[in-house]
Amino acid sequence: MPASANNQAPRALPLHWWVLVPIFTSLALPLAATLLYAISTRWGATLLPDGLTLEWLQRLWQTPRFLAAFGRSLIVVAGALLLSLVLILPVAFLAHTRFAWLERGMNTLVLMPFAVPPVVTSVGLLQLYAGGPLPLVGTPWILIFTYVSIALPFVYRTLINSLRGIEATELMEAAQLLGASPFVAFLRVVLPNLRLGIRIAVFLSLSFLIGEFVFANLLVGTRFETLQIYLFNVRRESGHFTSALVITLFTFILILTWLGNGKSEITDSKERSL
Amino acid sequence: MRRRFRPPLALWWLLPFALVFGAFQLAPLGYVALGAFRVDGGWGLDHFREIATSAFYRQAILRSLEIALVSSLLGIVIAAFACYGLTRTGGRVRRVLIAFTNMTSNFAGVPLAFAFIILLGANGTLTLALERLGLVDTFNLYSRTGLMIIYTWFQVPLGILLLLPAFAGLRREWREAASLLGAGRFDYWRHIGLPALWPSLVGTLSILLANAIGTYATVFALVGNNYNLLTIRIANLVSGDLFLQPDLASALSLITVALLTLMTLIQQRLMRGRPHAGKR
Repeated sequence: MPASANNQAPRALPLHWWVLVPIFTSLALPLAATLLYAISTRWGATLLPDGLTLEWLQRLWQTPRFLAAFGRSLIVVAGALLLSLVLILPVAFLAHTRFAWLERGMNTLVLMPFAVPPVVTSVGLLQLYAGGPLPLVGTPWILIFTYVSIALPFVYRTLINSLRGIEATELMEAAQLLGASPFVAFLRVVLPNLRLGIRIAVFLSLSFLIGEFVFANLLVGTRFETLQIYLFNVRRESGHFTSALVITLFTFILILTWLGNGKSEITDSKERSL
Repeated sequence: MRRRFRPPLALWWLLPFALVFGAFQLAPLGYVALGAFRVDGGWGLDHFREIATSAFYRQAILRSLEIALVSSLLGIVIAAFACYGLTRTGGRVRRVLIAFTNMTSNFAGVPLAFAFIILLGANGTLTLALERLGLVDTFNLYSRTGLMIIYTWFQVPLGILLLLPAFAGLRREWREAASLLGAGRFDYWRHIGLPALWPSLVGTLSILLANAIGTYATVFALVGNNYNLLTIRIANLVSGDLFLQPDLASALSLITVALLTLMTLIQQRLMRGRPHAGKR
């Protein structure tokens, strides 16, 4: 156990560990069990597995159906993110630099995807796009468009924070004083400075969208098997194999979160958007 | 400054976003709100009447509320203790634990259900260990207790992340001042700590409640349609194998949204007139 900070009263020191150890052990247990299951040869009626192996992970990466699902997930999520950046960037930019009413309105609007459970939105989507002029249900397109709207809180908040951070309004004024048109000023001055913000927005939403199951299951299901649907469909197969899948997915999400790590900015935007 | 009659050209840039968000977030919600009142060839409250008179749907509502209340209260209490512990650690340990909390808060839905099957399922590793030790007779993960445990598990990390800023805002000077004035541990929390935390506690509780009521993926992955909850019923009415009743699903959806709105209103009421309220 690492040494705790010693600027606390020594009398209080043991007490908080009595709280922290059980809580964090319980939080770690499901993850630890799954990880151990994914790399164990056999884990029957014993307390600990018989032996360790990487066989399950290897087998997973040799399964064409898994690779195909992975590919589909990436296509949908990448499409949704590209689209949401193209759509939301101008909105965030104008809300921050030009129209205060827009910023106020957006602050309420971004709460909607959080406030309305996905199941409820699905009920409407299923009826609106099952047939008629836009028969999107059952195709990846409906996921792409729906993911744009559920990624909105993450993307918009991160971009707004980032615009505030680079003082976009001042940058625009300076560029325009030097003779640039607003459009050119945005493209050549603001956009390059937003790179970090965009990176955070992308990875944060990526890790969130990769784990999305409700819309994927209700709107498309097995007609376009994404990772989460695949996991759901193979849940009755070997526990070791599925554990390997869960761990792979989770590691992937962790790497994404880590790549988008603008630490303080992330927790910041998460709090504020909630 | 005089406003020009012509709206600024820049507003055209909002149009594509407005179209997509309108079509895939606002329109579905509007459609649900309308559908809830649509009866063959007209409008009426028939669906709500059906829900109110059906023991099955009433049970779904009550169970949703029950699991939300129990898991949110348990979750917030555990999260508060964890935050207390975290504020007493420092430096590296604290950073690692917070990063770990962040990590677990990402672990949800199907993978989470799966991890719990490995741990606490019929042949789960912990189940076997507990049975071997004679601590439990049998443990059924697919029961009410099992679901409560999973819900609480995913509420705790979220609760910690939401409460931590408030706990970090409790100043050490307050405690010192209180103890100088003769206040014990209990007095400090009763008169200073908890009142200062109150707005965050209420806000966090309402987010946890909403989180629990809206949960679908985890339960569905665990028990399919076999546990009667609002979200499960709604999904089953629009995607089940037989008897699709989208309008009834809309009515249940509207009830869900109404419950969530009610919670927000209660939260705002509880926070009104408190110091620090709304400052977060």
